[in-house]
Amino acid sequence: MIEGISIYEILTLSTVVFFIGVYGFFTRENLITILMSIELILNASAVNFVVVNTYLYPDFLQGAVFSVFIIAMAAAETALAIAIIINLYKLVSSVEVKDTDTLKY
Amino acid sequence: MERIIFYILALIIVVFAVASVSSRKILRAVMYLLFVLIGISGIYFMIDYSFLGAIQLAVYGGGVIVLFIFSVLLVHHVELELEITPLRKKLIAGAVTLTGLGITLWAILTFPFQQAAGARTIEVSDIGKSLLSVDAGGFILPFEVISVLLFAVMIGAIVIAKGKKLNK
Repeated sequence: MIEGISIYEILTLSTVVFFIGVYGFFTRENLITILMSIELILNASAVNFVVVNTYLYPDFLQGAVFSVFIIAMAAAETALAIAIIINLYKLVSSVEVKDTDTLKY
Repeated sequence: MERIIFYILALIIVVFAVASVSSRKILRAVMYLLFVLIGISGIYFMIDYSFLGAIQLAVYGGGVIVLFIFSVLLVHHVELELEITPLRKKLIAGAVTLTGLGITLWAILTFPFQQAAGARTIEVSDIGKSLLSVDAGGFILPFEVISVLLFAVMIGAIVIAKGKKLNK
């Protein structure tokens, strides 16, 4: 835990980052920037896991371990999503949301 | 002292997060996202969980951001500016976001958290032991699941990115 900083301040920070990510998710129209907003959301939730673990239950490790898992999942998700985006760019020559209206069949 | 550092980090994180979701130059947006991720790793270092801070720097600063820059350079011109989002869409998204933020902040700030006394530094050895422990409360199963997931994602990303052209 951080000296002089209560759990409320860190949770406020992570909540603000989370909703900035949600705003970006709503307003962006490019697949890559939407993916960046998702990264913001995932990061904010990983901070929450660590903070709740260290401030409220310092004798346990669940939150600390699961934040490692969240980061691994986020990296995997990003790699797969970027592979899909590059493949999509080969198919329709665009990564805007409005152009991606065709499924395979 | 730590208060001041925390507030500086929080300011950096929030300012660059807003810049990252509102910048119209996509490469700059990626750079702003990098600053946000580095700021969050600073928060991890301050909480005395330096292992996760190092992971955050390595995986996000070193891996994810490079992937983003690669994909931006592959599918965009560097000077290309993103389309301006219609004002109506921005207003609706802003209203929804602010409502959600208000409700969540109200719920957090009125909840009486019972802060435990005494700080604890989370050591790498604790994490390693609990990740590989088969006793009650060990994390060997999710650890294995994550490793299988990463393997599957590796193969999947290669297969998907190879793809064929639809309309030759």
